[in-house]
Amino acid sequence: MSSLVIKDLHVEIEGKEILKGVNLTINTDEIHAIMGPNGTGKSTLASAIMGHPKYEVTSGTVTLDGEDVLEMEVDERAQAGLFLAMQYPSEITGVTNADFLRSAINSRREEGDEIPLMKFIRDLDKKMDLLEMDQEMAQRYLNEGFSGGEKKRNEILQLMMIQPKFAILDEIDSGLDIDALKVVSKGINEMRSENFGCLIITHYQRLLNYITPDHVHVMMQGRVVKSGGPELAQKLESEGYDWIKEELGIEDETVGQA
Amino acid sequence: MVTVETNSKMTEQDVRSFSASNNEPDWFTELRVNALAAAEELPLPKPDKTKIANWNFTDFPVHNTESEPFASLEDLPAEVKALVGTEQKNVYIQRNNTPAFTKLSEELSGKGVILTDIFTAVREHSELVEKYFMSEGVKRDEHKLTALHAALLNGGVFLYVPKNVVIEDPVQVVFLHDNEEASLFNHVLLAADRNSQVTYVENYISTVPHAKGLANIITEVIAEDNAKVTYGAVDVLAEGFTSYVNRRGLARRDASIEWALGLMSDSDTISENTTLLVGDNSVGDTKSVVVGRGNQKQNFTTQVIHWGKNSDGQILKHGVMKDSSSSIFNGIGKIEHGATKANAEQESRVLMLSERARGDANPILLIDEDDVTAGHAASVGRVDPLQLYYLMSRGISRQEAERLVIHGFLAPVVNVMPIEGVKKQLTEVIERKVR
Ligand SMILES: Nc1ncnc2c1ncn2[C@@H]1O[C@H](COP(=O)(O)OP(=O)(O)OP(=O)(O)O)[C@@H](O)[C@H]1O
Ligand SMILES: [Mg+2]
Repeated sequence: MSSLVIKDLHVEIEGKEILKGVNLTINTDEIHAIMGPNGTGKSTLASAIMGHPKYEVTSGTVTLDGEDVLEMEVDERAQAGLFLAMQYPSEITGVTNADFLRSAINSRREEGDEIPLMKFIRDLDKKMDLLEMDQEMAQRYLNEGFSGGEKKRNEILQLMMIQPKFAILDEIDSGLDIDALKVVSKGINEMRSENFGCLIITHYQRLLNYITPDHVHVMMQGRVVKSGGPELAQKLESEGYDWIKEELGIEDETVGQA
Repeated sequence: MVTVETNSKMTEQDVRSFSASNNEPDWFTELRVNALAAAEELPLPKPDKTKIANWNFTDFPVHNTESEPFASLEDLPAEVKALVGTEQKNVYIQRNNTPAFTKLSEELSGKGVILTDIFTAVREHSELVEKYFMSEGVKRDEHKLTALHAALLNGGVFLYVPKNVVIEDPVQVVFLHDNEEASLFNHVLLAADRNSQVTYVENYISTVPHAKGLANIITEVIAEDNAKVTYGAVDVLAEGFTSYVNRRGLARRDASIEWALGLMSDSDTISENTTLLVGDNSVGDTKSVVVGRGNQKQNFTTQVIHWGKNSDGQILKHGVMKDSSSSIFNGIGKIEHGATKANAEQESRVLMLSERARGDANPILLIDEDDVTAGHAASVGRVDPLQLYYLMSRGISRQEAERLVIHGFLAPVVNVMPIEGVKKQLTEVIERKVR
């Protein structure tokens, strides 16, 4: 079993404190969901774990099986087993999706032991089929001109090709039509195993109907303010966040407040 | 290799005897002699934002060198072999100043296609050459360098595609530079007659690390009514040359000229690429990519000038600047009065890889007609840190991520290179230069 442990994480962006002490432990074989109103620090948490250049960790720790993640370069974090499906993936012109994926896979292999081209193509074909992606998408430039939904599918394609230990999926369901939501969920469920842990950031129960989480957390004011089981997500769906705010005496849930 | 020593300052007598040794017709000898006199008087060109008063465009060790020709494609040096491939049907190879190998399929010569070195062309196709040579494309008297070029022309190729002839396989030309004394006053004359089509790809390749001579290179492409010319070039000339490279095309009614230029030379370079859209509905499309490194100084002026109604001009330029290199990218879209419904678009982007490098993108639109469309985009910047973050978040190292972004940035030209060997070579040159 592997564990990703976040302890008392404080993060600033351009001098403004966004995360104010996040604690969270994710083990392989577990699916966690994070919910929470807009602007409460969910993407910030994901970005800080992955090492986004704009986010500065001011205190706290993130470890992966005891290894200090925050000491690592972004690529080293990925090599260690982390993956982030981004809320807004970059577009990279002139680099085909296929070439990019091959580089990503080969970066995990020794020089001279690159993935054989035929095997790569077979794997890619299979996974694109499962995600109901047009084969032509492999030869398109990375995310360039992709629709919102296509980008999300492409993030999951990368997830499935790279097979990380831990994946953070930041609003992977936003912008997806109902069919695409099912397809993407199928991809994520395909990944479920005792060697895979996942943190799903979402606003909606509908994704969690397809992927049942083991734990659900609520973020407000840059902290995890409540945790529970799958029933917590259902309650949020039907009742919203007000009852939590009342319970905890929170007036403004965004990170602007101390 | 025999090197014929001549004076670096060429006299009228030198020019006459060089012309005589090539059995040139009188009109060509006189053109040279007059051009030599004109070169004395004419000023240097004035590339915008680059001062070239102190550049050496006139002194060179020798005017002509003689090199061993190649008996077959098998005998080519490895670097050239990699470009050409033995199954290439239509090839001209020049070694320094010596026409070294020419091959044109019987099918094409039967149809009247001409592919030959410029000296033979001047002798054997005098009328055709006279019709096109420095008449409507590049003028002899534009400035000192065009005049000097005409006077000292010592190499080049002539390609003529007759009316209605469509050449399927690309015509390939390689200018091999393997004598560091050599200077290249090459003239490429490509005339595509009415309704014809051709793809032409040329390579300038130095296999010596350093050059002592000059490169004063002119291309003229004439696309007659409804002709379609695709012109690919990859320049990889050694450091040490002072290079003036002028590639110009003229498109008549319904004609199109598409350029894909990989400008990878290590020399200081003044480059001009102009497309004259004289005919209605003509199309000019220029894509060029550049990598500057070391202390290299370069100036790239890309122009499309519209006279034709409904003419379409596209300019795309992507440059990568390393080390202390410096480059100016001037993009000029000019629409003359009467060229109604013309469209002039351009995009110039410069990627800076070093604090010391300099890159300027100057988009210029000169419009003398109301009923037109035009647009430009220009940017100078570094590799986007968010792109690097995205790639690295998939496990790709920073170095490899930068490599991917740079190759992607230069892909617009690489991807359209029509000959596989040339495409591969361009990719490798980029790899080597940006490392
Ligand atoms: N560059 C920045 N400068 C200042 N504030 C920023 C910057 N980037 C993010 N923030 C702020 O940080 C806060 C948290 O943003 P974050 O993206 O983590 O929210 P989120 O919980 O993911 O919201 P959503 O559900 O809308 O995606 C927001 O108030 C946001 O405005
Ligand atoms: Mg977010």
